[in-house]
Amino acid sequence: MKANARVMAVLLAGSTALAACASDESSGGSSSGSGENGGDLQIGLAFDTGGEGDRSFNDAAVAGVDAAIKEHGGTVTKLSPNADASNRADLLTQLADQGFDPVIAVGFAYSEVIGDVAQQYPDVTFAQVDGHVADAGNPSNLTGLVFAEEQGSFLAGAAAALKTEANHVGFVGGVQTPLIQKFEAGYVAGAKAVKPDITVDVQYISPAGDFTGFNDPARAQIVAQGMYDGGADIVYHAAGGSGIGVFQAAAASDERAIGVDSDQYQTVDDPALKAVIMTSMLKRVDVAVDNFIGEYVDGNVTGGQDEVYDLARDGVGLATSGGQIDDIQTQLDDYEQQITSGQITVPTTP
Amino acid sequence: MRVLRRLGPTVLAPVLAVVVAVVISALVMAALRVDPLRVFAVMVDFGDTPTQQMTAVVVVLNRAVPLFLAGLAVAVAFRMGLFNIGVEGQYRLATVMAAAVGAAVALPGPLHVLLIVVVAMAVAAIWAGIVAVLKVTRGVSEVISSIMLNFIALGIASFLLTGPFRGSPEGASIISTAEIPRSGWMPGLNGVFGLLGLADPPRQLYGFLLVAIVVGVGIAVLLGRTRFGFDLRATGLSPSAAQASGVDSRGMVVKTMLLSGAVAGLIGMPDLLGATHAYTTDFTSGLGFLGIAVALLGRNSPVGIALAALLFAFLDRALVPLQIAQYPASVITIIQGTIVLAVVVSNEVARRIALRSAERGGAAPAVAAATGDGSTGPGQTADGAAVGTGAGVGRTAGAGQQTTTDARQETGA
Repeated sequence: MKANARVMAVLLAGSTALAACASDESSGGSSSGSGENGGDLQIGLAFDTGGEGDRSFNDAAVAGVDAAIKEHGGTVTKLSPNADASNRADLLTQLADQGFDPVIAVGFAYSEVIGDVAQQYPDVTFAQVDGHVADAGNPSNLTGLVFAEEQGSFLAGAAAALKTEANHVGFVGGVQTPLIQKFEAGYVAGAKAVKPDITVDVQYISPAGDFTGFNDPARAQIVAQGMYDGGADIVYHAAGGSGIGVFQAAAASDERAIGVDSDQYQTVDDPALKAVIMTSMLKRVDVAVDNFIGEYVDGNVTGGQDEVYDLARDGVGLATSGGQIDDIQTQLDDYEQQITSGQITVPTTP
Repeated sequence: MRVLRRLGPTVLAPVLAVVVAVVISALVMAALRVDPLRVFAVMVDFGDTPTQQMTAVVVVLNRAVPLFLAGLAVAVAFRMGLFNIGVEGQYRLATVMAAAVGAAVALPGPLHVLLIVVVAMAVAAIWAGIVAVLKVTRGVSEVISSIMLNFIALGIASFLLTGPFRGSPEGASIISTAEIPRSGWMPGLNGVFGLLGLADPPRQLYGFLLVAIVVGVGIAVLLGRTRFGFDLRATGLSPSAAQASGVDSRGMVVKTMLLSGAVAGLIGMPDLLGATHAYTTDFTSGLGFLGIAVALLGRNSPVGIALAALLFAFLDRALVPLQIAQYPASVITIIQGTIVLAVVVSNEVARRIALRSAERGGAAPAVAAATGDGSTGPGQTADGAAVGTGAGVGRTAGAGQQTTTDARQETGA
């Protein structure tokens, strides 16, 4: 009995250790770009945890780079961080050191290190998706590519409120960070703008500092299932790779869900899950990255400031694939118009 | 020959594990139509200029220091047959508390650093102590309780960071504690490179490296050369036997977990004192779990753990050049994973070889002459000692050295 317990314990310990080794760094491989004409453009792309192949945020950046390469030629080298992402600074340093220019970092987590690296390599042009230059100490060769997620989420909230039959909707956040709280703030504001008495459940998968919430579909499913069981009939997720769990819960409860970042109606393969995706809040990382590279090629990068992609610039918005929100499109357009004209100011913190 | 046979199982197992892992990874790469030889060439290429090479060395050493401490923390408990899976939570909680205390006070340099380190060790030790108390009073398995306490620790750390200890401005994308004033920073060791006539890389070598070495030596001496260490290892082998020979096994559980926790508290210090100077939402996580792998590979001996930590750090550094050379970075993940698996298997193989050679050589206790820190002794008479009664353990101090082997084998079993 005693020996058994011990063997069990060792197995447990071993599997935990293995899990630690094998975690996130999924398909973090890199591949050479499609630059046939081999222009001088050598783009360096540094991913956040999750890496390429997340069908969401990181892949959107890749799509932007690919579009830019198609237009301007050149090559891209893509780097993923190690499992605990402790080598973010190394990724950027290596890219800058090897002559890549521009260097694009994907994710707000680079804020902590990109400022120093940008100062070390003043001749290299840097950009950071989701990063404000102010957080990185305002280096003049860094451009922040940021989005008005709260505006897009406002429309998602409005759509949910217009569509709900239970007067009860939900929001599942991946990790309780300021960035994801922007999604929450916009969504709740949008829902309340349509129906002031609506109930909005808000829950995060993991607390700040624990980034597993972006990559844990099982827990997302449990959280979302709880909301559906509690009476919500539409749940919006801002949880990256965990979002698939929300769709699964929606399918199991025969209710609806709202996707995020990319048009998830298009990226999800399973037809049963497709059916529950009412719309997605688009965050056009691809457009931002493509634009930035275009500006770099034309020599138009100002640097030292943020480029804000908001509703007015079509940097955020709602996807219409599947046709489930076609009937409320006029109302949504109305809200969009009110936001872009400044009649409605969407809060960025809950 | 005799030396070879004696050292055989000890050295053989990890070396065999690494070789097996390299072979398996090479096969996987070949199957994926990637040339393994060129991948390995990229991995060992540290750059062209002396500065680049030294930068690579610093990157490896800086990564190895926390891994070494994590391995050590796990190993201390392992040696007594305790599985401290809670190292992860212990160091995260310790680091956030230490960062907050460090930022709140102003003291002269060395004292400031000392205070931060002591706070970290104390917090982690107390957190680990909960596990010990639960075990000795209520019989709760330390595996279960330490895993559960991980979740609680991460939750508390997150609450403290976003609540009372928050030092970053509202709306900043990364939440962090207030920065520790300069007197609480630990200077780098780059001056040493100049003295040795080496290039001075832009990256700072963590000064905490020296502390880690001291801690490693201290643990080796404590486990191998003291009464406490002997009691610890004896209790690990057979609590009932140890108790019969006068060891307070309950007390030993508490003391060992406190020690393991105190070492765990140091894991976050190299980064905190040498680089980040604050605890942030993306402070390096997962080191506690990696420590389990490192301790396994190092067979719970401080020297072995140091080598294992260096190996893991070396593999980790190779990630970036591999990707720049357009090779899949998953190669590294595969190697690390297969090493852990291979270690578990080869430990068992080594144990059987040792057992067989013991049976062949007859029950000659003299063969089991002790080696240095006692952690690398052969396993010939291990079973005899472990099965023995209390008298068997208490007979001679030397018996302790034999018994340790068994502890290792059990952990590897």
